[in-house]
Amino acid sequence: MATVEDRQFRVEPFPGGTPGNQRLVEEGRLPDYDVVGTRPIRHDGTDKVTGRARYGADIKLSGLLQGYVLRSPHAHARIVSIDTSKAAEVPGVHAVCTNADMPSADHRAGDLGEGIVDWYHLNQNVLANDKVLYTGHAVAAVAADSVHIAEEAARLIEVEYEVLPPVLDVREARGADAPVLNDDVRTDLQPAGETGDTPTNVAKHFHYEKGDVDAGFAAAELVIEREFTTETVHQGYIEPHTATAFWSPDGKITVWTSTQGSFMIRMQVAELLDVPISKVKVVPMEIGGGFGGKIAVYLQPVAAVLSKLSGRPVKLNMDRSNVFDATGPTPGSYMKVKIGVDAEGKITAGEAELLFEAGAFPGSPINPGCMCVFACYDVPNGRIDGYDICVNKPRTNAYRAPGSTHVALATETIVDEICEAQGICPVEFRLKNAVKEGDERVDGVTYPPVGMWETIKAVELSDHWQSPLEGPNRGRGIASGFWFNFGGNSVVAATVNEDGTVSLIEGSTDIGGSRASVAMQLAEILGIAAEDVTPTVVDTDSIGHTDVTGGSRTCHATGLAAIKAAEDIQAQLCQRAAMLWDVESEQVEYGDGATLTGPEGKTISFQEIAGKLTQTGGPVVGRGSVNADKHGGAFGTHIADVEVDPDTGKVQVLRYTVVQDVGTAIHPSYVEGQMQGGAAQGIGWALNEEYHYGDDGRLHNASFLDYRIPTCYDLPDIETIIVEVPNPGHPFGVRGVGEVPIVPPPAAMANAIFRATGVRMRSLPMSPPKVLHELLSSDG
Amino acid sequence: MPRVHIPAPARDLTGGEVELELEATSVRRLIGALDERFPGFADRVLEDGELKPGLRVAVDGHVSAMGLLAQLEPGSQVHFLLAIGGG
Amino acid sequence: MAKQRIVSTSINGNPVEFLAAPRQTLLEVLRDNLDLIGTKEGCSNGNCGACTVIFNGRPVDSCLVLAVEAEGGELETIEGVAPTDGLHVIQDAFLGQAALQCGICTPGFIMSTKALLEENASPSEDEIRFHLAGNLCRCTGYDKIVRAVQQAAEGVTN
Repeated sequence: MATVEDRQFRVEPFPGGTPGNQRLVEEGRLPDYDVVGTRPIRHDGTDKVTGRARYGADIKLSGLLQGYVLRSPHAHARIVSIDTSKAAEVPGVHAVCTNADMPSADHRAGDLGEGIVDWYHLNQNVLANDKVLYTGHAVAAVAADSVHIAEEAARLIEVEYEVLPPVLDVREARGADAPVLNDDVRTDLQPAGETGDTPTNVAKHFHYEKGDVDAGFAAAELVIEREFTTETVHQGYIEPHTATAFWSPDGKITVWTSTQGSFMIRMQVAELLDVPISKVKVVPMEIGGGFGGKIAVYLQPVAAVLSKLSGRPVKLNMDRSNVFDATGPTPGSYMKVKIGVDAEGKITAGEAELLFEAGAFPGSPINPGCMCVFACYDVPNGRIDGYDICVNKPRTNAYRAPGSTHVALATETIVDEICEAQGICPVEFRLKNAVKEGDERVDGVTYPPVGMWETIKAVELSDHWQSPLEGPNRGRGIASGFWFNFGGNSVVAATVNEDGTVSLIEGSTDIGGSRASVAMQLAEILGIAAEDVTPTVVDTDSIGHTDVTGGSRTCHATGLAAIKAAEDIQAQLCQRAAMLWDVESEQVEYGDGATLTGPEGKTISFQEIAGKLTQTGGPVVGRGSVNADKHGGAFGTHIADVEVDPDTGKVQVLRYTVVQDVGTAIHPSYVEGQMQGGAAQGIGWALNEEYHYGDDGRLHNASFLDYRIPTCYDLPDIETIIVEVPNPGHPFGVRGVGEVPIVPPPAAMANAIFRATGVRMRSLPMSPPKVLHELLSSDG
Repeated sequence: MPRVHIPAPARDLTGGEVELELEATSVRRLIGALDERFPGFADRVLEDGELKPGLRVAVDGHVSAMGLLAQLEPGSQVHFLLAIGGG
Repeated sequence: MAKQRIVSTSINGNPVEFLAAPRQTLLEVLRDNLDLIGTKEGCSNGNCGACTVIFNGRPVDSCLVLAVEAEGGELETIEGVAPTDGLHVIQDAFLGQAALQCGICTPGFIMSTKALLEENASPSEDEIRFHLAGNLCRCTGYDKIVRAVQQAAEGVTN
């Protein structure tokens, strides 16, 4: 078999896209599908362009009350007392609640599929009764006839605080003198290590080691060690959190909310309110963005408690400052990373020490950070230590490839520095060191077939890389990134309608067009048009447990469930045709063109047999249920061209290309959209975005004016090159696509800034004041 | 025999051994065999007879949905990993 | 609460009278009083553009307009964009170019685009990006939105 280096590739336009939408094609290997790879109009599209789609805040119910949540003005304080009596007396107020109105929680770990949660910590995060740990931490809530009455009443709630000193920096927080946020936290050494016995802010210490690290560095010709910092950033979804709940007199709780995972909301609400999951129904509304930030509960249990107390449905909406103050964010970090290379530019060893903010309670994405830091390269000897450290900021949450963007900044800029020092082209270095099938990560896991090498090859062949960049203060950088993706539980049920169409129901909330890509996979198997499938996202009483829309899992795992449902329909239709023809079902085949064929040239179309279901045994429903575990990893490599204004330090992106191995693109437009959107978020993280805290721990920029995400005027066209190295764990080869595009941008931008200015940026964001400071320092 | 990768924090129990071959047909039995050879290993990975919260088992590079029940083939590679939350 | 006032206005070509308290924003009244939920709230302080409506011919953030200011004015919301027999060319273009992912910002973008194309039927890409810079989208990276506006401009011109 030819080695990967001998294979012939070209980059060409991806059919149906604009000229900036391309793909890498291997000579002699093009996918051959009817529906997969086409660009149908998404099924939910018309509702979304006409304003008819109903999001979380759009729910209306008879007798609906509006609520308001009172939040802590302090970053760190003990709650001495809460007196709600004055609020309760305000005319129009129907209920006031505090943590005391929720069942008490104990320290038990809940497994949310993709991660764990300590129920006591979640209880305290939803409504604090012991300590407040960040400004904006919820302490009480009011339900009233209008939100204005609720707000006025909430201001009458008297909370007595004993203010404590806050700690905001991970390096300070792990020190012996630091104020300890949670007296129940002990350092847990993982995987499979022991737990410490003294209260600390360091909740977890992850340790990975492979090979002989010291010998690896000793064998290196060049060793580079650098320190990096990144600031706390927010997912920045445009729709604020919202929840509406009704606690019925029969004990059933219905929650209408926008979430990435209605079944995870059901589990969290049931657990925190101490009711069985069967008593909770979560109705997923359309969701206005999540990126990892709409998985945990905030308002849902509070709305339910207010509903129980008032006997009426209650709606709670956050405003934008609440969203910044109390939800999200993703951690700030401190990182020290060291890489050694031999004279030929092959990596001999890597070492990393990573400190991530957990926020108020344990749970930062430090472990994936550890596992991603050297994931793109074949690192024979490695040692990685990562620490999950509590600080007085909101409890951190996942944000698109959680942890990987941080560490890519470190590794990818050191790689660029190595290339510069050794005079090696960054593309050549990456082709030489890229991980391939069978390579072992530092955590010990070996790779299945992956497309890291192919993404570099696509960069090499791209018009962008081959077009020279000219002009002063301009530079081009590249960087790579990795994300695991996820599989998990998904359920699809698909009913054949008499007119030859299929109604598909699923539990995956649709954040970015997944209804379409799931429906397309069912259509491909059945040989019908995507438009002949009607996909609907249903509530938790109507379909089986489906994990979050996150981890880049939906197109893969819910797609697998749709494929299984389609195969189930095929098998049942073969039986029906056998009945019609009076033959054995084994004699019937479901063939191409949605046609069933039997003995003696008998044929019947899907459309025809769909009209004969009543007389052959009744409606046909296909079922697909999976717990997918062969999702394959995803790699991406980005090219950034920038121009740096030497007078202001402002970085302008001139041209940007995202190259990514997606396995197989089901709906290329939405795959490109994920690549472009992830890159835009990464560019924002690179250049602008950061939480500004005062020394008192108050967040100073809790608005979109001061926490500035990229606008369309800040960004260039974002070109895409889709690489399709099929995932053997999916019939069409689907990998996840949503997360990895956020990983390379900060490093690609930093490398481009270096090529433009000669200055290495090792601290995010690379905002004008910081870039200017570095420019001026380097001149002096 | 299946091969098991010992996580770095547990190598204090295995005398620094990183990878071992052990006779076992399931992950549960593999942990039992490890604990027999390296007393204390089971306590590092199990709680009340189940995998510790958040701990996962990967077989041949894929985090198995079956956990302790995952079946092992003679050449299977086993890793202990933590659950990874995506965005 | 302060006394409510009757406000007479025109919404999507129809005369509409509503009651509003002085503190209520136009966004709140559209959504809560008039059930025009297609106008979305993203920030309530004029920074994201999700609540964009056309007020007397100009795009405005309805969260920054007090409802009582709408007295005598003409308002156009996302609900009034599509003709009765189909979609507006802008809506078709957003669908055809896959210019939305979660869709929460889409009504605001469509209203801003409509205002742009009414003022300038063939904008350059730079003009499109400048005009739409008050509308935030966190999902798409804007590329496909810009393509959609370009496609819509061709549809408006032709």
